[in-house]
Amino acid sequence: MAVLDILQYPDERLKQLSVEVSNFDTSLQYFINDLLETMYAGPGGVGIAAPQVGYFKRIAIVDVSKNPKLVSNGCMILINPEIKKWEGMKIGREGCMSVPDFTGNVIRAEAIEVHAQNVEGKWQTFSCVGYEARAVQHELDHLDGLLFLDRLVSRRTDLFQRKKYKKK
Amino acid sequence: MAQWFMLTLVGKDRVGIVARVSTLLFEQGAHLGEASMMRLGGNFTIMLMVRTENDVQTLKMLLQKIANDMDLHIHIENIDGQLHQHKLPNMRISVYGADRMGIVATVTNILVEVGFNILDLESDVGGSQAQPIYIMHIEGYSETPQEEVQKSLDAAVAKDGISTRISHIDTLIG
Ligand SMILES: [Zn+2]
Repeated sequence: MAVLDILQYPDERLKQLSVEVSNFDTSLQYFINDLLETMYAGPGGVGIAAPQVGYFKRIAIVDVSKNPKLVSNGCMILINPEIKKWEGMKIGREGCMSVPDFTGNVIRAEAIEVHAQNVEGKWQTFSCVGYEARAVQHELDHLDGLLFLDRLVSRRTDLFQRKKYKKK
Repeated sequence: MAQWFMLTLVGKDRVGIVARVSTLLFEQGAHLGEASMMRLGGNFTIMLMVRTENDVQTLKMLLQKIANDMDLHIHIENIDGQLHQHKLPNMRISVYGADRMGIVATVTNILVEVGFNILDLESDVGGSQAQPIYIMHIEGYSETPQEEVQKSLDAAVAKDGISTRISHIDTLIG
């Protein structure tokens, strides 16, 4: 296992689209172990996406279970993930290991359902709410070459307590 | 040696102030740091961190000229500026109520007592001219539990009809 180097914006590679994983072999398992170690070594340690370490495959990990106050699915290995349902909208503050020393407000869905393969290639569905749902959306954005910087909203926006629903 | 200074401009709002000032700074080879521009009571205000390796005196003179041209008050101060010094807040406090003297003093003194460090404060006066309301948002960091901060604030201002609401800021680093 090894802690991998994190790409930092303005590295253009972070804007790259990651491709689907098709081989569920032992090298994938090794990579995921390294990715996990890298995530836990980071400042937040709640999520990471493969492109952040320069590996442009659709792999993300989210684990918010260290905070016992949060509703969580434990450690989620999300391969070829897809969000199937969105509900609610909420502003929260985000930062990113690939964007040091800056945090900003971003609107995310409050509850989502995400469909993804695990390390063996088996499909699973997770229902995520609140902070965990936010983390999943942040990491999945990385797979599409998007950073939270692409979704910043003004500080003043959170003066309005909005409640809106978006469905897809 | 590059030196940071804080440039403050205040005056009547008009189109093009920021463009003109930033163009001059660019032409003079000055770097910009963090900045905050806002309209306060219809006035234009900006505070801007500026760093230059070139002749500061010339730069100050040229800025003064723009300020004179555009009817702005200008203030330039050498500072110990440093970038990358952001502190993360863990609480946001919203305060609102009928505008009356001393709201800010009361609230901020309570915050000092509970060890709450203010990182950001902004306030507005809304409502009608006859019955103005005061709205304030504070972000900061405190080790004191949220419930205790809330209790102290309520004890101090609830009797005056001032509402305070604290929300937790959980910054996600992903
Ligand atoms: Zn990120």
